[in-house]
Amino acid sequence: MSVGIIILVLLVLSALGYFLGRRRALALAVESGRRLHSLPGYYGQTVALFIAVPAFLLLIAWLFIQPAIVGARVNGMIPDSVIPAGGARSLVISDVRRIADGLDAVLARNVLDEAALTDGRIDFSTVRDRLAGVGIALGNDVPNEVFEAAKVYRQGDKIGTIAMTIAVLALSAGFGAWSFTRIRPDMRARNISESFIKSLLIGSSTVAILTTIGIVASLVFESITFFRMYPASEFFFSTVWNPQFRGGSELGILPLLWGTLYISLVALLLAVPIGLLIAIYLSEYAGKSVRSFAKPAIEVLAGIPSIVYGLFALITVGPFLRDWFAQPLGLGNSSSSVLTAGIVMGIMIIPFVSSLSDDIINAVPQALRDGSYGLGATQSETIKQVILPAALPGIVGAILLAASRAIGETMIVVLGAGAAAKLDLNPFEAMTTVTVKIVSQLTGDTEFASPETLVAFALGLTLFVFTLGLNVLALYIVRKYREQYE
Amino acid sequence: MNNMSATITTTISTKAPAMNQPKISARGVQVHYGDKHALKDVSIEIHPRSVTAFIGPSGCGKSTFLRCLNRMNDTIDICRVAGHIAIDGEDIYDPKVDPVQLRAKVGMVFQKPNPFPKTIYENVAYGPRIHGLAAKKADLDDIVASALQRAGLWNEVKDRLHAPGTGLSGGQQQRLCIARAVAVSPEVILMDEPCSALDPIATAKVEELIHELRENFTIVIVTHSMQQAARVSQRTAMFHLGNLVEVDDTDKIFTNPDDQRTQDYIMGRFG
Repeated sequence: MSVGIIILVLLVLSALGYFLGRRRALALAVESGRRLHSLPGYYGQTVALFIAVPAFLLLIAWLFIQPAIVGARVNGMIPDSVIPAGGARSLVISDVRRIADGLDAVLARNVLDEAALTDGRIDFSTVRDRLAGVGIALGNDVPNEVFEAAKVYRQGDKIGTIAMTIAVLALSAGFGAWSFTRIRPDMRARNISESFIKSLLIGSSTVAILTTIGIVASLVFESITFFRMYPASEFFFSTVWNPQFRGGSELGILPLLWGTLYISLVALLLAVPIGLLIAIYLSEYAGKSVRSFAKPAIEVLAGIPSIVYGLFALITVGPFLRDWFAQPLGLGNSSSSVLTAGIVMGIMIIPFVSSLSDDIINAVPQALRDGSYGLGATQSETIKQVILPAALPGIVGAILLAASRAIGETMIVVLGAGAAAKLDLNPFEAMTTVTVKIVSQLTGDTEFASPETLVAFALGLTLFVFTLGLNVLALYIVRKYREQYE
Repeated sequence: MNNMSATITTTISTKAPAMNQPKISARGVQVHYGDKHALKDVSIEIHPRSVTAFIGPSGCGKSTFLRCLNRMNDTIDICRVAGHIAIDGEDIYDPKVDPVQLRAKVGMVFQKPNPFPKTIYENVAYGPRIHGLAAKKADLDDIVASALQRAGLWNEVKDRLHAPGTGLSGGQQQRLCIARAVAVSPEVILMDEPCSALDPIATAKVEELIHELRENFTIVIVTHSMQQAARVSQRTAMFHLGNLVEVDDTDKIFTNPDDQRTQDYIMGRFG
């Protein structure tokens, strides 16, 4: 049975369990003449949950573990001799998987029967052709060991799936029957479904946390591979970024980091003052009607896809800055520049600053405003000396969030600032950022074994550490000063 | 202390009122919040250098009227005030009166202590700073010290003037707010249920403070506590449903009120 059908069966079973459980609870209540502890629906829910939840958990675990076990068995069947020079074992294993899937497709078309397949060696070239016929194209000549491994893999997979179906359905039926027999009027069904809900919520947050850990782990492992091939001191301290796909590259992160920070700085210099003034206007001066119109209108800026901003940078802002500032001032001839990308990015993050700061300023208690007005302060004195200091930690948090958004931005930089890695102070020069280089190192026909591609992971990790640091700092600042007006 | 109040009075009013003249006189004051008629034709005279208590059940308009006296209601969009209110004979709703200046002359203490999230020193120095009352740092230090002394807080905080004001206890915070109001040398101090968030000991301290402040300031206090009104005030005004029921000497109000509603409220029969 396929996974989809198993899930469907489980859902039907639990729906059935719900009705049976509910009916039994009602019947028992009448029979014993006692009041039910919970509403009848809760008894049904308890049975349904016992049918579905453990079975689903087993299903998920099985789906993760089975390929690993079967893969490990297959792995032993492949001698080192069949791994092509310069290739990786994992690539051969994935070939095995593809062939195994292809064989299923071939069998499904009835061009080959099960017996002919298991019957030892088969004429190899026909299998290749037939696999190609179902859309599985194989590159080099596949050695017989790989083909044999694919057959074992397929067999293992098949047995595994049957075992899984049985185990999952048995578990669901077992738990369902057990919970069904346990129904009594004084059973605390409400509390049971409550604790299921609680575990569901905990489970969801665990998924988010585990995903983060997984992403970091994959970055870390690939980065470690990179640093084995390329010295870390060169990566962190070299001022030259010059990747060569024939080897002998210089992969210094400093020019990229400089470009990232420079462009983000320009963006923040534009976005922070404007965003803050917007926030002050919206929260303190604007009337209700203006506010209800202006706030969403500004937030639309955040909804524009960054590629559209990139086009705006490329077509409008870049040439404008070149023709009216860079060339007359003799500072450069490039329409891609730090300033172009920075300004456009700044416009993009204005709503981050303004909207968050507006919420934060609104959260400053009215009592503080009253206190200040009551002493004869004007509105702007109150804002400057009471409201902004009180809201400052939150505002700093908003700015840091905007900053991490700016640091991670890619499209605007590609189109606005170009792709030249350079250490330069002139804001009219083209420069580039870490994110852009991650993209350019990974695009094209590359293999994941050279420092030129693996450097992308090290770049990504560095960037991640940077933005994580900013976020932690933002959280720390917000927490430390939050209680001040409580 | 005296030279300080001298500097401020010159900026506000040159003619000192005689003792028998009312400090504040209101005639026919009407207040609307949107469609709600919150105050109906209130006329009252408030005597200088004395404590006047406003009592009455919740929603009777006493706080609303209090906020009319320093035009705090101006900060509420939907609030409209009609009628005539004069302080020392000057109409405070006259277009040429700057509400911001008025509030320096009529200080306010709120229901819940609301110190700014700044140090104790900065809280008190805030008002004098924005009004330019101190030319030098030393002058400012003097103003802060004397305001804290008048608020009876000096001995408790003199060693930690630069600790955050929000770190004080509730009662201390409220006295800090009184010190903050006193520091700009107002002539009138409005107190909107200043003790409602405080425990009995802190309340006793604030009441004692009100007694002392009466020598220099005209005080108007809104309170829900009959005992407090009886203890601290010389005159008491009873509000009910937006009307001023009666105003008289506190002794008379609490022993022999003219109006049955006052009698009932004081006896705890409604409210």
